[in-house]
Amino acid sequence: MQTIRMALKSIKGNKVRAILTMLGIIIGVSSVIVMVAIGQGSTKEVQDQIGSLGTNVLTVSVSGSDITFKEDDANQIQDVNGVEAIAPTVSGRVTVKNGQTNAQVSMIGTISSYLNIRDLQLQSGRFIADLDHENHSKVAVLGSDTAENLFGLADSVGESVQVNGTAYKVVGVLESVGSSLGTSGDSTIIVPLSTGQRLATTTDIGSVYVKVENEDMIDFTSRFIEQTMYSIVGDADSYSVSSQKDLMETASSVNETMTFMLGGSAAISLIVGGIGIMNIMLVSVSERTKEIGIRKAIGAKRGNILLQFLIESIVLSSLGGVIGVGIGVISAQIFTLATGTTIAYSVPVMLLSFAFSLVVGVVFGVFPANKASKLDPIQALRYE
Amino acid sequence: MTMTEPIIQINSMKKMYELGGETVKALKGVTLDIQKGDFISIIGPSGSGKSTFMNMIGCLDRPDSGKYLLDGEEVGKMKNSQLTAIRNEKIGFIFQNFNLISKLTAVENVELPLIYRGMKTAERRKIALEALEKVGLVDRANHLPTQLSGGQQQRVAIARALAGHPPILLADEPTGALDSETSRGILEMINSLNEQGHTIILITHDLEVAKQASRVVRIHDGQLYESGGEWFADNQNGTKEY
Repeated sequence: MQTIRMALKSIKGNKVRAILTMLGIIIGVSSVIVMVAIGQGSTKEVQDQIGSLGTNVLTVSVSGSDITFKEDDANQIQDVNGVEAIAPTVSGRVTVKNGQTNAQVSMIGTISSYLNIRDLQLQSGRFIADLDHENHSKVAVLGSDTAENLFGLADSVGESVQVNGTAYKVVGVLESVGSSLGTSGDSTIIVPLSTGQRLATTTDIGSVYVKVENEDMIDFTSRFIEQTMYSIVGDADSYSVSSQKDLMETASSVNETMTFMLGGSAAISLIVGGIGIMNIMLVSVSERTKEIGIRKAIGAKRGNILLQFLIESIVLSSLGGVIGVGIGVISAQIFTLATGTTIAYSVPVMLLSFAFSLVVGVVFGVFPANKASKLDPIQALRYE
Repeated sequence: MTMTEPIIQINSMKKMYELGGETVKALKGVTLDIQKGDFISIIGPSGSGKSTFMNMIGCLDRPDSGKYLLDGEEVGKMKNSQLTAIRNEKIGFIFQNFNLISKLTAVENVELPLIYRGMKTAERRKIALEALEKVGLVDRANHLPTQLSGGQQQRVAIARALAGHPPILLADEPTGALDSETSRGILEMINSLNEQGHTIILITHDLEVAKQASRVVRIHDGQLYESGGEWFADNQNGTKEY
């Protein structure tokens, strides 16, 4: 107790130096917390989003440029065992315009089943109907961001927008689905498949969303669809069938790697901070040689001196750790307010980085403290 | 006085050390008894072995050979940690340049030897204030050393030496850093402490200071000479400062 008080006193006696010494640890701990918060935040966001798509949905994407995959081919998937519904889509980027306001958004051409398969909700109006597809109607359903960009808060249903220069009638607006990794799922415009193919100047299908009847059988159904796709396309490299689970796993592992790397580089700065503490403690020992001599002359044992300096370095590093956690949380909060990125605090990581700063204090404090405790009192007293 | 066991018994104490590749014989067989309640001065010029002898008496160092009984304990063969405990309990140090810890207040400085005894805060504070009272500085208890004059600092140092109630006060040039008037005050205080029964060992190079003691011992070239009239006579009109 007495030793801790002495250490605090000696730290208080030289505040500027103490703060500079702690700075390394503060920066280390707070950057670990911020980095991990951002990393885990984006992992969580991606997982939530992918999870929200439903785990009973498969995505069939066609990627080869020299193959043809028409709507009729896509409809064959409907006949595969275990498939409940399919929604072939074609996609591209278009310019939408209302009066003077225009925006670049992603266009999806699809059929009525898309709404149900992707589990989307309508804010107002209706979705694309089968009749719209058959009639090549120039109707559109807007994503929530697109609607807000073009029409502000006014109701856009019934209004018309220019898509790549052609007038489309807005029939519905979707609820927001949120954004992930900087791409908004709400800056979209959905049109009938036939109209979309015209906009994308293709007669091919880009991808097909498939809803399976039984979630537990999704792997079998996926296998059947692959066989069907092979028989249609004839080139195994030109298509892929993936479930949301696959996507989630990929996204998570990418994010985990990112979090690990961010956290790792921040941890290195903690070690650098520890070396800073050792440096200052060594300076402090040689500055206070005389004090050590006096203390030893009047009865301080090696252990007393060792403990005094060790506790000083631990107090410095743990104080730095606490301040670092505080600054880390505050700056992560500022970051999320400023950029709108989701963050996720991890209590274990906070405790871990605090514990790590304590360990740094012990490890880098032992050498200077041991040096101080070994001083010969006669030599130390003579030191000026 | 000679009936009781001497508090310090030193018998043919020798000490050598290496200095720049040369072996220096700092103490060449020193014998000295000090009785309880004595006020003894050890006088000698620099290089006489005076500092080495003081380190021996103060248990800061161990002799190469010879006997050193302090308060009945053989300290010559003790380990460092034991020596530290002996210093804490048996010896009150008064240094030339006070050696107060500048970050601690007067009373905290006085408390130091008690801290290392593991004494509780309240008790420690009480004893420290009593010691400060003895040197007349209770009203300055919470001042830092830098806020005190040289004389006051030395009185705080004396209070620190007294706080642990050690049987021996070891003063190393206690007036060396003070002007003559302040020196007189400090020496008076040391004298009155002796009258109260404290055993005092005063180490100095100044004959005037040494003469305060009831017994003066001269150290020269690593050997001790008990003060006889002849030595004082030799120096009457010669060098006063030795």
